[in-house]
Parts: sequence; structure tokens; C-alpha cells
Amino acid sequence: MDLESLAEKERLPREIIAMRVAKELPDGGYVNLGIGIPTLVSSFVPEGRTVFYHSESGILNCGPLAEEDAEDIDLINAGGQFLEAVPGMSFFDSAQAFAMIRGGHVAVTVLGAHQVSANGDLANWMLPQRGVGNVGGAMDLAAGASGVIVAMEHTDRQNNPKIVEECTFPVTGQGCVYLIVTDLAVIERTPNGLLLKEVAPGWTPQEVQALTGARLTVAEDVREFEL
Amino acid sequence: MSTASGANQGGANQGKIYHSASAALAGLSDGASLLIGGFAGHGEPERMLEAVIASGVRGLTVICQGAGPPDSGHTDLNRLVEAGTVRRLISPLPFPPRRGGPVRERWESGELELEVQPAGVLAERIRAGGAGIGGLFLPTGAGTRFAEGRETRRINGREHIFQPALKADFALLRATAADSLGNLIYAATQRNWNPIMAMAARTSIAEVDEIRQPGGLDPELVITPAIFVQRIILSNPPG
Repeated sequence: MDLESLAEKERLPREIIAMRVAKELPDGGYVNLGIGIPTLVSSFVPEGRTVFYHSESGILNCGPLAEEDAEDIDLINAGGQFLEAVPGMSFFDSAQAFAMIRGGHVAVTVLGAHQVSANGDLANWMLPQRGVGNVGGAMDLAAGASGVIVAMEHTDRQNNPKIVEECTFPVTGQGCVYLIVTDLAVIERTPNGLLLKEVAPGWTPQEVQALTGARLTVAEDVREFEL
Repeated sequence: MSTASGANQGGANQGKIYHSASAALAGLSDGASLLIGGFAGHGEPERMLEAVIASGVRGLTVICQGAGPPDSGHTDLNRLVEAGTVRRLISPLPFPPRRGGPVRERWESGELELEVQPAGVLAERIRAGGAGIGGLFLPTGAGTRFAEGRETRRINGREHIFQPALKADFALLRATAADSLGNLIYAATQRNWNPIMAMAARTSIAEVDEIRQPGGLDPELVITPAIFVQRIILSNPPG
């Protein structure tokens, strides 16, 4: 396989990754979205479905970001951005915010990643060259009883695989990832390893495998990205 | 034992209200530990933090969410660290990842010791401290560097890590309103760490926008009961 030509080949935009992840959100479910591509997911919730967003800043049923002239310093998301007030919100302290995650009350958690391993380990909290590591709530989200969907680019900027046999970056949680959605593929973690279920338009399973650092099993009914 | 409503009005309970921020810090000395409410540059008890800086105290251990953007204009952890009051910081997110600021600078120069903790772990340690629990087993961080050298136990097939409870000498809280007894209410996400920190300090100081008479807060809506609050001060003193 010619890796250089694969590096040039067109991949799906971040919005499509977000759109594919949004299909996984259950109607009426509580959802926590991390920063980056996961944040985009809220823009693509399928019509007719209602999803409630949880934020570690202590809020359930987060609304959209506030208009610039309507900012309330006491209504912020986990990233410190100001939110619009919407009907049906509730507020709680930091211990309760993480009890909701850890206790499995939040149905779906979507996070970005530096690396995901074949057995579902997640590395997303620290790049070794950056020193201290700002862990924030990442490890608590990864420890959540409901597991994690990872939304990320399939490779890093140097085209190195981000899906690997074993994480080389510091791990956030072990065996916590159950679904990986990238700009090339949808991959499910099963007891028998990683199962390639969907590929981006124009890509073959062999090409996706060539850019993946762990062995993929190709699903019998592997298909093009379903949106 | 007080039975009649209003039996606690005035008298000894007015003693929780302080007019001077420096007086409210009585007992804070070098090397003390300090819990500080707020969420990354939002909702910090700014008047009390200014008083801490002005007191010239040194060598504090501070436990909080972490610093906000360095140029926020608020009196927050950045200013506290900049003033050289803090020796050790226990926090999930010590400084904004791409912004840096005083916390990062002092850590890199070796003047500030950092202990990074997952946010939910820190929250449970504080809650346990306030609830008289010695510590607890949490699944967070199992198999990561946060588990290194720690006591672990397998519970329901899952590895858990022992986390000791955490208490401090003082807590600096931010709330919307108090009554003169020390009951507190908050606005929206302002509550963040405050309710659990209030429980975990020997002396909890609540900075509030308004102080009402007993009966001025709906008891159904009180978030932090007065028993956890020892001192009350207004965020903007009159005059």
C-alpha cells in the first residue's frame, strides 16, 4: 500500500464525523460532549430526537452559547464559555456532577483522543512533551460506567495512526472506549478486537487498515458511512 | 435548644458577619491550607482573595479548580500565585492548556509545587473530608499514572483506587446570598465547588452579594446549611 498517496487522499470533514456520532445519541438521553469534534455533535442531532447535555461545571440540559451581550458569569459550561438559559435546566455541585458520570447516569460520553488502543484504552489527557498535564475531568469521564465514544481524526498530522495496539501516551482510562468514529471509519470494540463496520466514501477496508496501528477485523456487512 | 422560629435571630448569630475582609481572615497563617470555590476564573471570592494577598501570608497550600485566563481582570488564582502566597497547588486544571500564565510560570521556575488530580476524584475527597469519611475507593484513574503506588481493590470486577479524604484550615466560598445565620444560596453554576468545600474546612468564609435576616431565604432552597459556614462577608462593602 502506498502510504504517501493515502496521505493525499480526501477524508471526511469534522462535521461529518460529528454527524455520524450524533446518530448514536439516544432520544431523551443525557450526553456529555468533550471539546473539539465532540462539541460539534450537538449541531447534528437527528430531527425528532431530544438530547440533554451534561456539563461538569454543574449543569444539566445546557442550552446554546449565549449571545455576546447576554453573558451571565454564573452560567458557564466546562470550558468556561457563557451559556444561554433554557427551560428545564438544573444545577448542582462538582461532586454531584461527577457522580452523574461515574455512576453511569449519563448515557453517552463523546471525547476526542490522542490515541485509542485495540482493547479500548483511551489516551487524551496529556502529551508527554507538554509537561504537567491538565487532567480536568477527563479521567472521571473515562471511568464513567457507560463507556466512551471517541470522535477524532484517524491519524495525526504526520499521518501516524492514532488507533494503536497499545497506547504510548499516558492513558486516561482502560478499556473504556466502545466506539471510534474517525474521518475514515466507524470501528466498534468487541471482545474479539476492533471491528471495522463503516468506511469513508472512496476508501477500502485495506486502505483504512494501512493507516491503523492495530489489527482490524472487517465486518461481513462493512459499508460506506451511514448518515 | 431553640424551638420557636426566630429564636436564633440576632444575638450570637450576628457574630458570623464580618465587615472587614482582613478580620474575616483571622487565624490564617503561613503554611495554612485553603479551599477556594470558583470554576477556572469564574465565580471566585475576589474580595477575600484580595485580602489574602494583602495579608502577606506565605506558603499556602491551595485546593481549587485552577486558574482562568491570565488576562481576565479578575482577582483569582493567577493573582494569588503571582503575589507569591502559594507554595503548593492541588487542582485538576492548574492553568488554561494553551494560555499558561502565572501558575505555569511559577511551576516551571520551581517556586510552585503542583499536584494534579482528576476533578471528580478531588471533589469526592473533599466531600469525604467534610462528611467524616476517611477516604474512598474510586474507579477513576485505574491503570493510569494516578494509580501508581496507590492502594487498589477490585470491586465488582473493576479496579478501584483508594483516595484519602481531604480537609483544609480555611474555605473561601462565593455565594449569591446568605442569611445572618450562614445559610447560603447560589446562582446557577456558581455553586460549583462551594457546597462541598464549605463542609471540609475548619473555618469557612462565605463572600456573598447580600445578607438577609433569618427567614429571608426559603429553607427549601438553601443549598449550604449554616452549620458549614463560620464567617460571612459582603462582596461589595457598602460605602
